[in-house]
Amino acid sequence: MSDKQDIATRPSSDVQQKEPDAGRGAGVVLRPPADVFEDADGITLNLDMPGVSKERLSVQTDNNSLTIEGDVQIAMPEGMEALYAEVHSTHYRRSFTLSGELEPEKAEANLKDGVLTLRIPKRSELRPRRIEVRAV
Amino acid sequence: MFGSLTNFESLFDELRRMEQDMDELFGRWAAPAGIRSVSRGAFPPTNIGATANTVDVYLFAPGLDPKGINLSIQQNLLLVSGERRLPVEEKATYYRQERFGGEFRRVITLPEDVKADRVEAKYRDGILQISLQRNEAARPRQIQVR
Repeated sequence: MSDKQDIATRPSSDVQQKEPDAGRGAGVVLRPPADVFEDADGITLNLDMPGVSKERLSVQTDNNSLTIEGDVQIAMPEGMEALYAEVHSTHYRRSFTLSGELEPEKAEANLKDGVLTLRIPKRSELRPRRIEVRAV
Repeated sequence: MFGSLTNFESLFDELRRMEQDMDELFGRWAAPAGIRSVSRGAFPPTNIGATANTVDVYLFAPGLDPKGINLSIQQNLLLVSGERRLPVEEKATYYRQERFGGEFRRVITLPEDVKADRVEAKYRDGILQISLQRNEAARPRQIQVR
């Protein structure tokens, strides 16, 4: 889970990439599934992070990289035994590399019902401009 | 009254290790699966925990409208269904679309001693937690030695 992905690169073949088994046992990290799309003004990321509240979410940018982390908080009665589990960790983490035309310091994050929406605008001078064609 | 975070993790991690041990022992395909069990990877991912008094089902189902989730129980079968609509930006270029979208339906087999009429469900931060009371007769009872 150390590899960063370029934010605007389409995954080569499979959309559902399997996380390489990062050392079985302790320290398992969940990789939140993401939708990433770009329009004229910026890039938007949607990440599924169920169980994470605003207080336990961290979005960091430095040196052109973006790291999203979060912890699941679940109220659990005392003395509970596990009967069945598909989710084996409570820690989410995912990183992306950013490109120069983006302005991460102006990013906006919004978390609702376990879905993180992150909007990173492009530098205004680098947004595509419509070129008017004048009739001569 | 509630355990800490690490408890949740170590609890379900323990189960995972047990499953791995089982896999190593019997091979992945040898263990018979429940007739109603679904393959792993179905939406929403599910954890189930139990105490002497309750069975708790945790569905990791982010971004849903709780009113649109259909929950029903028939004896010890819990049925959950709904639809997750992911709006698509027509004018945008998509680089990744990994999140689940569309209709979902899961049937979860619970221990047989749950009471179908004593169920509570709540939706918080994208997790749907369903608590079911268990039959008193099935609870472990202390036996007095005289």
